[in-house]
Amino acid sequence: MVTAQAPAWTAGVPPASDGAIDAASPAVQAVRALLANVPDPEIPAVSVIDLGIVRDVSALRVLITPTYTGCPATLAIEQAIRAALDGGGFADVAIETTLSPPWSTDWISDRGREKLRAYGIAPPPKGAAAASLKNQAPAECPRCGSSETEEISRFGSTPCKALWRCTACAEPFDRFKCH
Amino acid sequence: MADAPPPLAACALRLGDDALILGQRLSEWCGHAPAIEIDLSLANVALDQIGQAAHFLGLAGEIEGKGRDADKLAFHRDVMDFANCLLVEQPNGDFAQTVARQFLFSHYQELLYAALAESKDARFAAIAAKALKEVKYHATLASDWVVRLGDGAEESRARMIAGLDWMWRFADELFAADEIDAALGLDKAALRSAWDARIDAVLADATLERPAAHRPVLGGRTGRHSEHLGHLLSEMQFLQRAYPGAAW
Ligand SMILES: [Zn+2]
Repeated sequence: MVTAQAPAWTAGVPPASDGAIDAASPAVQAVRALLANVPDPEIPAVSVIDLGIVRDVSALRVLITPTYTGCPATLAIEQAIRAALDGGGFADVAIETTLSPPWSTDWISDRGREKLRAYGIAPPPKGAAAASLKNQAPAECPRCGSSETEEISRFGSTPCKALWRCTACAEPFDRFKCH
Repeated sequence: MADAPPPLAACALRLGDDALILGQRLSEWCGHAPAIEIDLSLANVALDQIGQAAHFLGLAGEIEGKGRDADKLAFHRDVMDFANCLLVEQPNGDFAQTVARQFLFSHYQELLYAALAESKDARFAAIAAKALKEVKYHATLASDWVVRLGDGAEESRARMIAGLDWMWRFADELFAADEIDAALGLDKAALRSAWDARIDAVLADATLERPAAHRPVLGGRTGRHSEHLGHLLSEMQFLQRAYPGAAW
């Protein structure tokens, strides 16, 4: 039984991800390690931990949050996490969903951002830059690194992405939208 | 018509029905829009609306406590039990008419969700805070198109004016306040001045005038709908009507 610790996000702090699990029990560490290998169904290059979808992990339950209210992957994500937990011997760990506080692209870890870039998706700007939908700073082309880029469509192939084009190397690319 | 639901459930139904019906309308564009940019954007907005509808209708069912979930409420009610505003059930018309509907509604929905995010009821507040981020994109998208069409070619301008002129008569209903909304501490009438300011600013950018005042058309909140909603439901609910309870 784990003591009732306040989850990190209640203080407005994104949950620990990547390496910062030192304070957790071995069971929690094991669950986190499992989740770090559960890919997002739409962008398999990043895990549900990288994206900040996993809000909190205890020995009893995994707390997740949807990226968009209508994200078709929400159910698939839950099923993938369930399968990973069951396969890892944690069939008794429950999955709970919360809407509050709403998911933010600021919760995508630095490692997740690097993985997105390597996959060909420009990661979203962080913090205050995300506040304004208009006059966004140009995305950095994930292929050639140029900032000579322009938005083609604010809506892309999935709810979380916009379509951009690099005028330096002429390649189109997806940009993860600020959210 | 079914028994009146408790006021808070009725509030959730209104929010859910607005989002559901608009989402269904917008999805009619999928695969039909003239450019991929428009197709993608309208499908994305539709998806957001349907996602929001699922949350609000789920909440309505939970408050009602009769075992109806979001699907049951979406697919097993008839026209008179829908509480959406008349604006969202209006046919898509041409692209300018769709843009006009989205423009008037998204700015209302953004202001509404912002107010609702501060609600004492944590369930409503959580959905609204989440959905607010999505709706900001919708309002920006619709405003951009109002300017692009309004301050565009002669033909696009004429169509934008016609679209706004038709949709304008349904705007007053958005802000009509009653005791049901009061149950949630929601004062829709108070949102009107902020909405007017936003609409006027975009219209100025688009070099357009506000449409002439129309006699407001009301009734959606109490189940008095236009003929269009029945047609929409017959398509949306077809499967559950033909095969009640079908699941896969
Ligand atoms: Zn490039």
